[in-house]
Amino acid sequence: MNSLDPRIQRAEPRLSRITEVQLPPLDHWPTYEVFVQRTRGGHAQHVGSLHAPDPDLALILAKEQYARRSQCVSLWVVPTEAILWTSAEDEDLFHPATDKSYREPQGYLHTRERLEKYRDRLKPLS
Amino acid sequence: MLENLQTLILALADDDLFMGHRHAEWIGLGPILEEDIAFASIAQDETGHAQAYYQILTDLGLPSPDEWAFRRQPQDFRCAHLVELPNFDYDYAIALLRHFLYDAAEKVRLQALTQSTYEPLSLLARRLQSEEKYHWLHARTWIERLGRSTEEAHQRLLAARDLLWPYAWALFEPLPNEPEMVSAGWVPPSQTLREEWVTLIQPILEPIGLWKEPPAPAELTPLLGARHGHRSPYFEQLYAEFTEVSASEPEADW
Repeated sequence: MNSLDPRIQRAEPRLSRITEVQLPPLDHWPTYEVFVQRTRGGHAQHVGSLHAPDPDLALILAKEQYARRSQCVSLWVVPTEAILWTSAEDEDLFHPATDKSYREPQGYLHTRERLEKYRDRLKPLS
Repeated sequence: MLENLQTLILALADDDLFMGHRHAEWIGLGPILEEDIAFASIAQDETGHAQAYYQILTDLGLPSPDEWAFRRQPQDFRCAHLVELPNFDYDYAIALLRHFLYDAAEKVRLQALTQSTYEPLSLLARRLQSEEKYHWLHARTWIERLGRSTEEAHQRLLAARDLLWPYAWALFEPLPNEPEMVSAGWVPPSQTLREEWVTLIQPILEPIGLWKEPPAPAELTPLLGARHGHRSPYFEQLYAEFTEVSASEPEADW
């Protein structure tokens, strides 16, 4: 079939139509980080990044990249260059040197028992 | 009454069917990955809208959506020639401007259809508006950005505008028996929709130098007749390609 669709004629690419464009290294549109809020009032979760020429188009393109198949009530985009991060080499920043398990949820597991034991100790005095 | 209803629904559905198909011809060829995905998704939406319109007829005991889409004679289609135009040499300015002009018309048309006295149509129009909202946002944002970017972008958009302009105006050719549809409260007159379309697009196109006066009758008249079954010179090839797979196994359950 004599089609106007260039893909139908893939076997014989019309080389004359291909113009080579030399871009300086990394001369792309900026990237944006995309966050999806799945429920009203919920946390926005980071889902990925994309290229876009400006913030408005970043939102528009993010909708089809990242909110097409799942629940979404709101999208956020942030220029990647606005993100500050700690180096993975500094991962030890997050490792406690002593036992800090009291900060974790299980640190509160036996609070009621301890409280009742304490009350029992107070009783004979009253 | 059924004949008028069929004309109206087919005009709406056939426009979306071939707009979806022409947009889908860009799959894998879009300027960047992100835009390729977004535009392909818009194409899928349009095809889905066509299917939903055909289904209104199917629910009345008329043929199935597949039969309407794949097994009709050219003169039985009611689409405007704007959606039949090929993608020519794949200049994305043409694709985006056609998308803009078409989805502006869709926005106006769907808004009017939400008030239709024909309930299946008003219910469907309300359902389709959420996707149409995205199409319009996508189209408008690109056109406003490119209209204010480089001289090359502006020149390409101007060439696209001159190519598409009369076809876009011809979208609003009155339907056969339109006065009866209007007095039944199904749709407003095409002329009213066209005025609302102008009110929507003129303030966007004028500041970026892409507005121009309505096409002269000599330019417009040859494009009329589409709503009566007159097809453009591009239709034959379009439909041959469009039906190539389904015609290979007409009895298959796709």
